[in-house]
Amino acid sequence: MTRYVMTIDLRRCVGCQTCTAACKGANATPPGIQWRRVLDIESGEFPDVRRTFLPVACMHCGDPPCEHVCPTRATTKRADGLVAIDYDLCIGCANCVMACPYDARSIVHEPRYAYGEAPMASEAKRFDPARVGVSMKCTFCKDRIDHAERSGLTPGVDPEVTPACVNSCISGAMAFGNIEDPDSGVSRLLAETQHFRMHEELGTAPGVYYVWDKS
Amino acid sequence: MKPIKLRAVELAAPRQQRNWDWRAAANFICGGAGGGLLLAAAFFGLDAFATRVAMLLGLALIGGGLTCVWFEIGRPWRAMNVYRHFATSWMTREAVAALAVFACGALAVVTGSVVLTMVAGTCGLAFLYSQARILGANKGIPAWRHPASVPLLVATGLAEGAGLLAAIAVAFGSGPGNSLLLLLLALIALRAWCWRRYLVGLTATRAPAAALEVLDALGPRFQTYGSVLPAVAIVVMLAGLPGRSLAGLLAGMLVVASGWLLKYTLVRRAAYTQGLAVEHLPVRGRGPSGPAVQPGWKAMSGSR
Repeated sequence: MTRYVMTIDLRRCVGCQTCTAACKGANATPPGIQWRRVLDIESGEFPDVRRTFLPVACMHCGDPPCEHVCPTRATTKRADGLVAIDYDLCIGCANCVMACPYDARSIVHEPRYAYGEAPMASEAKRFDPARVGVSMKCTFCKDRIDHAERSGLTPGVDPEVTPACVNSCISGAMAFGNIEDPDSGVSRLLAETQHFRMHEELGTAPGVYYVWDKS
Repeated sequence: MKPIKLRAVELAAPRQQRNWDWRAAANFICGGAGGGLLLAAAFFGLDAFATRVAMLLGLALIGGGLTCVWFEIGRPWRAMNVYRHFATSWMTREAVAALAVFACGALAVVTGSVVLTMVAGTCGLAFLYSQARILGANKGIPAWRHPASVPLLVATGLAEGAGLLAAIAVAFGSGPGNSLLLLLLALIALRAWCWRRYLVGLTATRAPAAALEVLDALGPRFQTYGSVLPAVAIVVMLAGLPGRSLAGLLAGMLVVASGWLLKYTLVRRAAYTQGLAVEHLPVRGRGPSGPAVQPGWKAMSGSR
């Protein structure tokens, strides 16, 4: 059995947004759309104030509400735990956007470019018309995960088959791997730390674990 | 829609949803009233002509709402894909119910068959229920996912249907009979109770502060114009005081208008997203973990 998950060590994240930039580079998302974001949360009252960096994206839920509400079966949960969207089936009704408690999905109704109406050469080359008018979100870089099966490489260990955000993280805050494998890096990390999953009370069984302290 | 620009710190807090605009709201507004009207017309029928008018209006409302949605979706020419997920999607079920409504409703209007009218009315109820469940299934919007939202939406759809039927009876028939008036009165009471239950439940289970503010502000207007005034008008009619037709029209229209205001508020103005939360702030250095943080909400449950 395989269930890919991500761990994010909040103790290590420095809010540098490198993962955000890496995601944008890897997935060529349009201006204003970020599948991976790092939020900057200030809390407490002076003088006891704190600043926390919170990387967020699709949680690739074990029981994804977006999949339940999707009227077209465009959103599916794969056997390896990834929640995927078939852009050719999606009608852009936005029901999945409303169902997601993580603000992870977005719809762009017309092509957007960084500098006005015309795309730059790099944008034109990577523009995907299939993603206009449909729901989109973080894919856990599924093309890379799919490549793992063909290449025999291990996601979370070999960078070629690991999500771009994880590869880019300068502080080692992000890790990726198969939680069903007790020897994987994520399994070992979760065994020796305290962690939580966001909005777990909603019954979504998210696939992203936030580490906040040692065991 | 205008693009929104937020600072990073604001991205964690609940935001008013901007994907379903007035067109989606129109589907819930018109579709719910149309479904309720078909049901009311089928089981609290007027004379043949007024029933036909009611059926046609119900079908037109449902069709109008669905047309609005068709103009909103990103890929309208793929709209038929909506039928692919009957197993769990209430949007698919709504679309199936709509087909049944139009098939049975059209036949009922053409033939005048009482049985077909009743079947169409039942399909209208199924359509109304499906719409309510569409909102209820959206876990990302706390004001929608509360279990009490489904009975509230069904109750207002039924009340709006009865209100429209009362108005049609005044305009095209011999006026609403006492049974229709009593039904309308009962549905007004049911809707008021559902609203109260929803608001109390939502406050108890927590919701984004901004959503609660919007709903709290709606409450007095909704109860005054949607419950008290129409109820008074109906009592006037039942008491046999003069101005029965005008009071019937007024009561019906107030119930409909207040229901539409309620649904617009719920779908657009009170629809704040869940936002993001940190259940445990990270331990850095030697200090302890900080308390839970959920921007845009009152104190987070379990915060330490």
